[in-house]
Amino acid sequence: MEKITTSQNQDSLLTSNGEHEKKDLRRRDFLKFAGASAASLAILGISSCKKDRDDGMDNGGKGLYFGSGDIAILNYAYALEQLEAAFYIQLVNNPYSGMTDMEKAFFTDIRDHEIAHREFFKIALGGKAISSLEFNLSGVNFSSRANVLATAKTFEDLGVSAYNGAGWLIKDPNYLLLAGKIVSVEARHAAWIRDMIDNGSFANQEVVDSNGLDVAKSPSVVLSAAAPFIKSKIDVSDLPTY
Amino acid sequence: MNLLNVFEQINTVDPEFSDRISPRREAIKNLASVSKKITMAALPFFVSELFKKAYGATAPTDVNGVLNYALTLEYLEAEYYTMGVAKSGLIPSGKPLGAITTIRDHEVAHVNFLKQVLGNKAVSKPTFDFTAGGTFGNVFSNYDTFLAVAQAFEDTGVRAYKGQAGILLGNRVVLTAALQIHSVEARHASHIRQMRRARGGAAADQKPWITGANDTGIGAVVNPIYAGEDNVKQAGVDITSLSGSMGKISASAATQSFDEPLSAEAVLNIAGLFIKA
Repeated sequence: MEKITTSQNQDSLLTSNGEHEKKDLRRRDFLKFAGASAASLAILGISSCKKDRDDGMDNGGKGLYFGSGDIAILNYAYALEQLEAAFYIQLVNNPYSGMTDMEKAFFTDIRDHEIAHREFFKIALGGKAISSLEFNLSGVNFSSRANVLATAKTFEDLGVSAYNGAGWLIKDPNYLLLAGKIVSVEARHAAWIRDMIDNGSFANQEVVDSNGLDVAKSPSVVLSAAAPFIKSKIDVSDLPTY
Repeated sequence: MNLLNVFEQINTVDPEFSDRISPRREAIKNLASVSKKITMAALPFFVSELFKKAYGATAPTDVNGVLNYALTLEYLEAEYYTMGVAKSGLIPSGKPLGAITTIRDHEVAHVNFLKQVLGNKAVSKPTFDFTAGGTFGNVFSNYDTFLAVAQAFEDTGVRAYKGQAGILLGNRVVLTAALQIHSVEARHASHIRQMRRARGGAAADQKPWITGANDTGIGAVVNPIYAGEDNVKQAGVDITSLSGSMGKISASAATQSFDEPLSAEAVLNIAGLFIKA
């Protein structure tokens, strides 16, 4: 695991939220309680900043600017929904051989859900929306059921953890409610895809801890996980994270 | 129990909370005898009206209120699955029993988690009647009824947590935990819906996501649980006016792609059907 590093960028992220320090103290107590798995996620969150910088992702002013505060979080969600929509569009257009009728129908449903999410964020953000991102899905073997399902699982679990982890950063209760309306649909997707891989794995120990809690990840952790799939340069320097 | 001093700092106790829920239980007891005399279709509406008169605003107003509200729902689910798993011959062995056992373990974990968080502020477990006064009389002898009620509970749980998120706005610890429980309930709901689909019959068209208002095949008795799920407008945007892959996004996809919240009052009305005292 990488060591904690400091940088100008990381400093600005940390001070972008005035309440950060106060809340951080509470959080540490909570992590003690919630156990080691959550704590190790937090460490990943810090180390990932270094990775982001190396990838040139959030280097300030040079990529698609997400904005700050709630707008940045909405653009963050918009970016993830764009990625999911792009993936499912390609999946439905290139069905692997032996795709069952049910699989075809449900993948089409999911595609339409992700398009609905994507288009909703685009309209809701209006002039503050980032433009359409370009993605790199060349690593996905769309003719392989196993590979498609594994990728879908990664995206859906990541989406759930992204909304769960960003919820408390949202200032406007209406935006929080919208995130809540979407995240449970992503969780329904995640569960179905997991069951297609292995019936009964809808909420196994990979994603649910001993307190019965799902995964929550900070925006910087989520973006480093998504980075290999995002071709466009993005500027998330003012995106709230922790 | 001093595991979480931190919560005492964050939360201010609602001193009227227990006062508010104890008269509620009394009224539910009275309700049980009356409800048998009215028709099935009218039941939810009737109950809803009665609860409004009896309780007024019992909805949580602070963090502890939300946590106790969540705890009440988790008590309901945990006991339900615990009884179901314990009833021999009810749930087929293999995958079905495995899945319900997984869900039971999560609901029990949620109860324990919320009780630890609340410490001595935790409400005690109500006495449940999972037949809902006879409406689901065969709930522990008929597997399909058992799954139908399970789906109703899970979809209610998803809506319930969503409805309370605003009270927890900005609360890193409690909101995050609530969201983490919320998405687990959604995973459960997805799986139970798949289990019902596999059973066929009235549930043959069931999808892991909710389509419109009451897609369950259970009947009008669960209408209150799905009321409003046919909403297609989000933040003033009509989702069916947006471009889909071909033409506009369909009304079905528009309702499926956003799960709707349920007010605390509506959730308590639903849970009240299953609470004896």
